[in-house]
Amino acid sequence: MSDNVLLPSGSIEKQTTTLNLGPTHPATHGVFQNIIELDGEKIVAADSTVGYIHRAFEKIAERRSLYQITPLTDRLNYCSAPINNMGWHLTCEKLLKVQVPKRVDYLRVIIMELARITDHLICNSIMGVDSGAYTGFLYVMQYRELVYEIYEEICGSRLTTNIGRIGGFERDFTNTAFEKIERFLKEYPAVLKEFEDLFTRNRIFMERAIGAGPISAERALNYGFTGPNLRAAGVDYDVRAVAPYSRYEEFDFEVPVGSTGDSYDRFLVRNGEMWQSLRIIQQALQKLNDLKGEEATVYHADVPEYYLPPKKDVYTKMEALIWHFKIIMGEINMPAGEVYNAVEGANGELGFYFISDGGRTPYRLHFRRPCFIYYQAYAEMVKGAMLSDAIVVMSSMNLIAGEMDA
Amino acid sequence: MALSNEYIKEKLAAKFGDQVTGFEEQYGVLSFRSDKELNLKVLNFLVEEETLQFGFLTDLCGVHYPDNKGQEIAVVYHLHNMRENVRIRYKVFTSIAKPDVYTATGIFAGANWMERETYDFYGVNFIGHPNLKRILNVEEMDYFPMRKEYPLEDQSRIDKDDEMFGR
Repeated sequence: MSDNVLLPSGSIEKQTTTLNLGPTHPATHGVFQNIIELDGEKIVAADSTVGYIHRAFEKIAERRSLYQITPLTDRLNYCSAPINNMGWHLTCEKLLKVQVPKRVDYLRVIIMELARITDHLICNSIMGVDSGAYTGFLYVMQYRELVYEIYEEICGSRLTTNIGRIGGFERDFTNTAFEKIERFLKEYPAVLKEFEDLFTRNRIFMERAIGAGPISAERALNYGFTGPNLRAAGVDYDVRAVAPYSRYEEFDFEVPVGSTGDSYDRFLVRNGEMWQSLRIIQQALQKLNDLKGEEATVYHADVPEYYLPPKKDVYTKMEALIWHFKIIMGEINMPAGEVYNAVEGANGELGFYFISDGGRTPYRLHFRRPCFIYYQAYAEMVKGAMLSDAIVVMSSMNLIAGEMDA
Repeated sequence: MALSNEYIKEKLAAKFGDQVTGFEEQYGVLSFRSDKELNLKVLNFLVEEETLQFGFLTDLCGVHYPDNKGQEIAVVYHLHNMRENVRIRYKVFTSIAKPDVYTATGIFAGANWMERETYDFYGVNFIGHPNLKRILNVEEMDYFPMRKEYPLEDQSRIDKDDEMFGR
């Protein structure tokens, strides 16, 4: 079979058809290419090409100060940029040994879980779109909009958020932000329920998704899968539960797992995680309410060397102005050391391997991008399947070009 | 936690003697190195040994140390024992003149693209890799851009005339 694939097109012996899914195919939702070799409608071989939007973030990061790297992380998985930002800030905090107050952790948890919901919501609803059901996508989209309004209220931007600082947040959450979070918690469950009703037991959707692109737990681990895709295969590995950060150990939540690792299980796991995220946000709000005294108002750690001084002081006080410049231009030497820090991104374990040689910028910064690592299994997962399965598998894996190409 | 860094160190020392060196612990993660010829033996041992079971390759990447003559390029493996939640960092160093390292694709399927990425950026030639070609950069590129001899663009260069971006 594979000899056949290598034959030049147009040769008489060639029995198969080569089809390009991408780089700009409606189903890729990003820029990457799948070259698929078809025998009739059956896939006999597949190959993937990535790198169309490679922006050399790791190289650029070697010349940038810590805060100048945050906007780069936005552009990895842009469907859940706040998780990337916070993962990066947590890595810096680990290197710099910064302790953050309780309240900051809870606020971060709220934002990270909101981001997880928006990411899963896009993935699942787009999976619907790709299998022919547009309605669900439109139902849930207004709640992504609401989450983006919450981001906007907190940091001023929506998609590429650049949210937070080393040690906390740039400003406290406003009342409007809390009101919007409450509103989201109140209204979203009904919408998610409706979305579920449209898909979960929908015969057409089930026929499309069940058995499409399955992967065993063993293969998934061998391929370096993490996140919902690994959990769909039946491995309950979740960084939030196994190696908690930001006080996730204080929260009560379940880790949904699947069993077959097919597209349907991936859909269900993401769906289950959205419910768990809602639970976590609910608990975080409760914990915020329980805080007393000074603990209840603090929104950043006391790290003057890395936390920007208030803008008001920057304009009026010399000392603050100097520190503002020092921090922005990265004129502070960091401690030397190597640190690997991982957070549970929406796609899986998002890791930052940070080597500091004691200078002002990272000596080497490597992003462990979950998407990049699990996408290589795609060829194996669709082999032997129908062309239409390839589309569903692609959208159920949640492939984000920005994260793949860094 | 059952699996302590001390124990891993002992196990490695018992198996490989002084061939595995450079033990250090940074931020709780045990790090060590060995000759590059040994990399598959060490990785296999870490995966197969019953009490270690570092069966998950979290990350593989390259680092360039131009001042480290004869051993300029490091290949760094991050391994994870998911049951015990212990991570370790294993490094091999290779000269930039002959950057040959055995491929780990036989042990971890996921190493495939990670090694391609490392080849792409640092030019590490993974011996035995099934498909060692560039992955993120264009195939025509004839250098390895993450090496330290390629600095980022000088912001003060004047040969570019680009008024829109103020330079």
